Amino acid sequence: MTQTLTPEEKARFSRHIILDDVGLEGQQKLKNASVLCVGTGGLGSPLLLYLGAAGIGKIGIVDFDVVESSNLQRQIIHGTKTVGVPKVQSAKDRIQDLNPFTEVVTYEERLTKDNALEIFKDYDVIVDGTDNYATRYLVNDACVLLGKPNVYGSIFLFEGQATVFNYEGGPNYRDLFPEPPPPGLVPSCAEAGVLGVLPGIIGTIQATETIKVILGKGTTLSGRLLLYSALDMSFRELKVRKDPNAKAITELADYEQLCGLLPVETDAKPADEGFARIQVKEASSKLNAGWSPYVLDVRKPAEAEIVALSFANRLVPHDQVGQILSELPKDQDILVHCKLGGRSAKACAVLAEAGFTQLYNLEGGITAWAQEIETSLPQY
Amino acid sequence: MSITINIPSALRPYVQGQSTLEAQGETVAQALSFAETQHPDLSKHLRDEHGNLRGFVNIFIGQDDIRHLNGEQSAVSSGDALTIVPAIAGGRS
Repeated sequence: MTQTLTPEEKARFSRHIILDDVGLEGQQKLKNASVLCVGTGGLGSPLLLYLGAAGIGKIGIVDFDVVESSNLQRQIIHGTKTVGVPKVQSAKDRIQDLNPFTEVVTYEERLTKDNALEIFKDYDVIVDGTDNYATRYLVNDACVLLGKPNVYGSIFLFEGQATVFNYEGGPNYRDLFPEPPPPGLVPSCAEAGVLGVLPGIIGTIQATETIKVILGKGTTLSGRLLLYSALDMSFRELKVRKDPNAKAITELADYEQLCGLLPVETDAKPADEGFARIQVKEASSKLNAGWSPYVLDVRKPAEAEIVALSFANRLVPHDQVGQILSELPKDQDILVHCKLGGRSAKACAVLAEAGFTQLYNLEGGITAWAQEIETSLPQY
Repeated sequence: MSITINIPSALRPYVQGQSTLEAQGETVAQALSFAETQHPDLSKHLRDEHGNLRGFVNIFIGQDDIRHLNGEQSAVSSGDALTIVPAIAGGRS
């Protein structure tokens, strides 16, 4: 049933209504529209604020995370007061403070192939504000299966990408990127960092495109990939076409497997990595019992300035470990750590290749250590 | 002939931090090979173990994806700009 604007809403949205390309009719389209935002992180924060403020009638938000203080450098829909609160709740409260006329539906769960279609089916437009490849392929495929536009944005370091997929017969994510990178090849923002204002730029572009799709006005980014570089302060536009060789999307897949996040089951024993993997609890017990490994921190110096293990012996970025081989002990255990355990595993592999045999990778890195052992340490 | 290659931030660590490279060649393959010879670490991020461009790395000549032209055999000429566009996801992995 079409809902009309109340006098109060007409006053609130008057700056839209007096725009020729929006008008009362356009504002009513916004009120009668429903938008689902997957993720309330860096991208979701600005776009949800603007979609809420713009008068979208129904906004759905999917996220299973809780607000952490290290989010607030860029996730501006949340605040210091909501640290520890589920992100969907924090976001809902902020949107409804900004615009009490918007209905906000929260899904405090991980988006999976089992719930995606059921959640998506009630929305007109899906906005991808996710932070990992597996969910991006899932969002894309679910949008293709249901015939919904997918307003895409993505960020890394100082760069962003934005486009509109699966809109009016246009290309989808798989036409642009047929396959995801294998895990470990591309560092995450959690490990590599991201400029806080960057998702603000890309997220507001997504909000703009969402509103245009609903209004049916202007020229959307469908068929065009917008590349933004904050360092160069440049916008570049590339053409995206449907890939005639792309495999048809007929059902949802196993996205963790697609992205190499799950081991493929085989009867063969796992290959010997050349180093041991040790959990923080076990490492702590061994250290308390007198174990004295050489502790190698393979993060960047700036990370060690935020927090470091008091018993670390040496700091060298993981991609430079090969340059200090002669300075490391060959007859002593070496415990290698980074923030989360990924870069240290790469460093261990380099050391194993170089002939080191007493190697231990601290699983979960200093983050797990701060969560489980020395809880007074800051997490970042 | 000089071809400009635009390097995304994700790959800049493998080209001494440069945002663009100048390369020579008459095809995309030749221009990329020129850059990969000068910056060997670039290859592992562009190509799989068989030497094929990875499925999450796109190369554009100007605005056009080489997959819709003649792939790596697409012709380039002096003044052309190649742009490397990897899939980025932000966040976790």
